[in-house]
Amino acid sequence: MPDRRLFFLAGAALLCIVAFMTIGLRGNIGFVLALRAMKLAALLQVSVAIAVSTVIFQTVTNNRILTPSIMGLDALYLFGQMLLVFLLGGLGYAALDAQLKFGGEIVVLMALATGLLLPTLRRRADMGLMLLAGIIFGILFRSLHSLLARLVDPNDFAVVQGASFANFNDVRTDLLAFASVLTIAGIVIAWRTRHVLDVIALGADTATGLGISWSRTVTGLLLLVSALVAVSTALVGPVAFFGLLVVALAERLVDTRRHAVLLPAAMLTAVIILVGGQALFQHALGSSSTLGVVIEFVGGLAFLVLLVFGSRK
Amino acid sequence: MSIAAAKQSSKTGWIAGLMLAILFVSSLCVGVGDMPVTLLFSDGQVLELLLVSRLPRTLAAILTGAGLAIAGLIMQTLARNRYVEPATAGTAQSAELGILLVTLLFPATSLLFKSLAASAAALLGTSLFLMTAHRLPPTQPFLVPLFGLVYGGVIGAAVTFVAWQADLLQYLSVWTNGDFSGVLRGRYELLWLGALMVVVAWIVADRLTIMALGRDASIGLGLDYARMLQLGLIIVSVISALSVVVVGMIPFVGLVVPNIVSRLMGDNMRGTLPFVAASGAILVLGCDILGRLIRYPYEIPVGTVMGCVGGLIFLWLLFRRPSHV
Repeated sequence: MPDRRLFFLAGAALLCIVAFMTIGLRGNIGFVLALRAMKLAALLQVSVAIAVSTVIFQTVTNNRILTPSIMGLDALYLFGQMLLVFLLGGLGYAALDAQLKFGGEIVVLMALATGLLLPTLRRRADMGLMLLAGIIFGILFRSLHSLLARLVDPNDFAVVQGASFANFNDVRTDLLAFASVLTIAGIVIAWRTRHVLDVIALGADTATGLGISWSRTVTGLLLLVSALVAVSTALVGPVAFFGLLVVALAERLVDTRRHAVLLPAAMLTAVIILVGGQALFQHALGSSSTLGVVIEFVGGLAFLVLLVFGSRK
Repeated sequence: MSIAAAKQSSKTGWIAGLMLAILFVSSLCVGVGDMPVTLLFSDGQVLELLLVSRLPRTLAAILTGAGLAIAGLIMQTLARNRYVEPATAGTAQSAELGILLVTLLFPATSLLFKSLAASAAALLGTSLFLMTAHRLPPTQPFLVPLFGLVYGGVIGAAVTFVAWQADLLQYLSVWTNGDFSGVLRGRYELLWLGALMVVVAWIVADRLTIMALGRDASIGLGLDYARMLQLGLIIVSVISALSVVVVGMIPFVGLVVPNIVSRLMGDNMRGTLPFVAASGAILVLGCDILGRLIRYPYEIPVGTVMGCVGGLIFLWLLFRRPSHV
């Protein structure tokens, strides 16, 4: 009964949210609550954006171990940001309107991601080859990023420095309003296309045979994925294995690949891990910046297990 | 080896030697300090600059490059997969973990002891990788490097976590990002041990070539497969650990150099081993010189330059049309 499981997941997510808001409240309660609500909104968006983008990406590429960040999409985003600083200078970059800049970055990422990924998808290259190429792209963009970081002025570097590491404590609340519009639009589009996604999951040939315009749909979906990746990377920075961990867990929990169930399940799982983990680490244990590393570690292990045992079936 | 092939290889040998010599001399001349050649023997300070800083740095780059390229070649033989190397199979990360733990537990130990600990950890990590990698289905060759990259990433996350808890994060970057700018006389000599390992590899080159045929075939040809596997693991671990300890991790050298040499000259290691070593040295030294020049008089670490150059070469290797199908 997937529906009852969804109900439980929703309850657990709600519990995590309440815990995040209430544990260790001290001092001026109204101020603390307002501050935490802002952070909560950002964390919720990041969870949803990562979960939805990973589910769609795995469906489109027809592979359970691919995620946008494994394919180097967030490294690409950071590189684009650094390139802007390099070209405009720190002052010019800082003078740009934050929301306009964010919009511009998203458009650039969308163009680059579809430009790089669509040809590979269309050629239906070997999936292992694509994965490897994606990881190498990730390393390449990270290296280019640090190369540019050494070339720019130290003052300019400070402008983008904070963005290069995943940080769940110090989220960019100034982009929140603009990002929420994107996230909500993403959820709506993903939910409306849930049945189309089920068909796409059957593979390019079958989907075409069933009357889906494959390349047009896939292009649209990739654009959506890039926008969601940009949202999460802009808000907290790159998180490599979080999406993989979340979707793998959600799939085990609801035991189906049907998107009408999997999409909400993945979103709820992401919320539970991220908000619950942050509540635990930040408010209960008081050592907040380790959550990113712990997620990397556990997510990486999950990936290895999937790779070794998943491929032996 | 046929006469034509021998001629070809001696010509390639001349070119490689010439390039290495040119890079060697330019590396001696490039740097912030002024070093007029005319004053070399009359001015003690100039000579000292050469002997204390430039020469050790150049030698360190050559030794590291040659060592890492050979380590990559042997790693590819052991895993029977063209797309692995020490930096992408958890070897370098395990070495980091080893040196980090030793630094935490016995802060006062010598560099030699730290290198030993790093080598031991690298050996452990690489053995675990090879054991698991052999369980992956051989029909999908790209799964092995993928597994290695994530395996290295998981160990790297553990290293970051331990370093973060112990407030050693800044210290850590010394080992994670390869950089020759700190190399001075007295600080790089451990790398000669790596050169010794290269010599060992040269001695057993024929047996390594046979190993590349696989376990059953090489046992059938009378090779003590288990012993050779251990020897290969030790060579790879020691070279990687030494380069992590002395200069830090440099990605892609062990990956791109053996692949390119194998494309040009085939897989007989008795013939290709010197070229792999020389090309590795050329690549690393070239990238180091480039890093010194891009933002003169400041420096860009060789690990970063190599990440860009090596990444591009590797993508080209992946997507080029197969030359013989």
